[in-house]
Amino acid sequence: MSNMLSGFMDWVNDRFPLKELWENHLTKYYAPKNLNFWYYFGSLAFLVLVIQIVTGIFLAMSYKPAADLAFGSVEYIMRDVNWGWLIRYMHSTGASFFFIVVYLHMFRALLYGSYKKPRELLWIVGMFIFVLLMAEAFLGYLLPWGQMSYWGAQVIISLFGAIPYIGEDLALWIRGDYVVSDVTLNRFFSFHVIAVPLILVGAVVIHLMALHHVGSNNPDGIEIKKKKGPDGVPLDGIPFHPYYTVKDLVGVAVFLIIFSIVVFYAPEMGGWFLERDNFLPADPLKTPEHIAPLWYFTPFYAILRAVPDKFLGVVAMGAAIVVLFLLPWLDRYQVKSIRYRGPVYRVALAVFVVSFIGLGYLGTIPATPVATFFARLFSVLYFLFFLLMPFYPRWDKVRPEPERVTK
Amino acid sequence: MMRKILFALLFSFAAPFSWAGGGGELDSVDIDLRDREALQRGAEAFVQYCLNCHSAAYMRYSRLMQDLGIDEARLKERLLFAGDKPGDTMKVAMDPKRAKAWFGTAPPDLSVIARARGEDWLYTYLRSFYLDPERPWGVNNRIFKDVGMPHVLWRLQGLYRPVIETDENGHERIIRLEQVEAGLLSPEEYDAFVRDLVAYLVYMGEPAQFQRMQLGPWVLLYLFVLLGVLYVLKKEYWKDVH
Amino acid sequence: MSGEVDKRRRQALIATAGVVGGAGVVAALVPFVESMEPSAKAQAAGAPVEVDISKLAPGEELTVEWRGKPVWVLRRTPRMLKTLEEVRDQLKDPESKQSIQPEFARNEHRSLKPEYLVVIGICTHLGCAPTFRPDEAPADLGPQWKGGYFCPCHGSRYDLAGRVMKGSPAPTNLVVPPYRFLSDTRLLVGAETESA
Repeated sequence: MSNMLSGFMDWVNDRFPLKELWENHLTKYYAPKNLNFWYYFGSLAFLVLVIQIVTGIFLAMSYKPAADLAFGSVEYIMRDVNWGWLIRYMHSTGASFFFIVVYLHMFRALLYGSYKKPRELLWIVGMFIFVLLMAEAFLGYLLPWGQMSYWGAQVIISLFGAIPYIGEDLALWIRGDYVVSDVTLNRFFSFHVIAVPLILVGAVVIHLMALHHVGSNNPDGIEIKKKKGPDGVPLDGIPFHPYYTVKDLVGVAVFLIIFSIVVFYAPEMGGWFLERDNFLPADPLKTPEHIAPLWYFTPFYAILRAVPDKFLGVVAMGAAIVVLFLLPWLDRYQVKSIRYRGPVYRVALAVFVVSFIGLGYLGTIPATPVATFFARLFSVLYFLFFLLMPFYPRWDKVRPEPERVTK
Repeated sequence: MMRKILFALLFSFAAPFSWAGGGGELDSVDIDLRDREALQRGAEAFVQYCLNCHSAAYMRYSRLMQDLGIDEARLKERLLFAGDKPGDTMKVAMDPKRAKAWFGTAPPDLSVIARARGEDWLYTYLRSFYLDPERPWGVNNRIFKDVGMPHVLWRLQGLYRPVIETDENGHERIIRLEQVEAGLLSPEEYDAFVRDLVAYLVYMGEPAQFQRMQLGPWVLLYLFVLLGVLYVLKKEYWKDVH
Repeated sequence: MSGEVDKRRRQALIATAGVVGGAGVVAALVPFVESMEPSAKAQAAGAPVEVDISKLAPGEELTVEWRGKPVWVLRRTPRMLKTLEEVRDQLKDPESKQSIQPEFARNEHRSLKPEYLVVIGICTHLGCAPTFRPDEAPADLGPQWKGGYFCPCHGSRYDLAGRVMKGSPAPTNLVVPPYRFLSDTRLLVGAETESA
């Protein structure tokens, strides 16, 4: 029996580099042995991607992308399709968890300088994935065809109208109609179920290839490949499999527990994951009293609102994302990890986190004068974090990196 | 014009969970979905008083047998309209265009109304009608100003008139409602009646919530076992590293 | 790397994790597989159908829809019933041994009451809808034809009890659905017993 199996494996390996792939990416892929809590979120993001794709395939079997049928087909899924409620809640909860996981994954990069040389391209591809994810979430949010779906799409598409000269035509072209309509829904469905996911999966593959080419960073921010043993294996490296597979699986189990608590006990998450107004069918003649995007967009939305000019607001929102792409070149520290950076970076990062969360909160509440003041303050702090970054090393006290990773 | 409206929209919002339906404090209602008898009473009240004008087009009658323990004989006798089958959804015969002519707006489908409005709003709304001779049906509502719906439950609740107070700026404000004609039910009985109805609406908004709550503990129990096994496995392998 | 590695313990833990994890994966598959089963809507649409046969004259046929399929109800004349014996030696499966029908219809006339034939109007060959041809010996079907159903797609022939003739591509007789009589003039297609 085992002879037959190894014979078959030899037959396959002569024709396809299965063993090579397995070794290069798992058993002989050496990851730093000091990866901590923050390193769970990469594999978890991959898990959520799988959940979203699988549940999405099954939702698409019963969903109808037509203006007069969409809302009803979602309720059909929730009531008439066997287990449809579970599959739909997994998908809606998965959307929010995707952003939670990805934001934490990105924050890890800020902690340990994971975007710095030689990982600039890895970061850029990752940022590209983030933008695709926002597009995917926005497209998918129209599909339930509730009031928030409809008016959210109307507002966001109209942002394109702010672009000089071509804006209005561009917005019209995106909608395919003079308002968001059946035509828009149909094309958003197409983009959401095939176009964007296809590119997203491709980008994830490139992200992983780039990661495995340069190797993982670690909380000390030093390159383990610089110190190798006589066998050519990094002294501070351990094979990804079995060590990080078993470790990541523990992370998966914890994640699934939290995920399941939401799915089974709080799928609406108090209106944060599924908004109340979205249980009213889309009505092109009646705007809800309050429109706010889902929570994962609100930091950028708050920046948009903080600028008292439509065009400049859109520019600011775009810049808030573009500036993240430039991070590898804005950061001029000689050391990667926050562990060896001084108080300046620590304070700056803390202020940035407070600003980001503050903007996220302000994006959900009405724009009162006080809220607008804070939104402007936080927006300025958000941009200052990046724009002053080249100067941090001059002001900061940097400690020398260790030779080998620390525990 | 469209641009202006959209621009205005960009600058208007609220926390996603707040429902500001037109002023007024909401009375909170304490409903217990485990009380199947209350849900059954609510279902009967819904069919009797709401389903003539409002549909619940995504709700199947047969689900009531499955979830609320109503047997087929009782379903046919007390809930089904003539000609309806248990597998049918709760549709109404009324033509939406004529309904719009009568009420000014077509009565909305109520399948998911509880998820859109929330239980407290519904509970308060159904107890906030008051006499207003300026309205076509002679009634208005404290938390849904100039509502198109007549007070369908007035025989049960009786009739109320507003007690208006004028503040120092000359603004008139309804401070409470006062009964002018008693209904078939006492105020306490009426509140209980509305509570059952609201409980039913909450159930109907998401009939799967029973399955959700039932399955949840088992899934979590499994995941904790899985976590335990995986944690021991991880510890075992990481002995090599530490 | 320190200490002895207890290989047996590791193998046992791997096996345990594999079984527990595998059981979870299988359990997680169940909702997805079951979601593809007929939904409550499809089941409601597939519920038994009541048919009023009071206006059906002898020799006439009516069609009702049950689970999206055409179901024919034919009220046979005594002459029609007589042809069932005459065509017996031309049939592939005269006893309905290979064919699908409720137990009560495994007989010469393939029905509960000889007078009424209830069959699903879908050819057992490739799913076309046969046409009702009660006329005897028409020009296109030949002098042997005693009345029956003829499938225009591939020429399958059935008699007036839905039994397939030799030389037809169809393998078995037309399917008889479950049904019962609620009264002399009311038929319930889709359920044999009270509870179903």
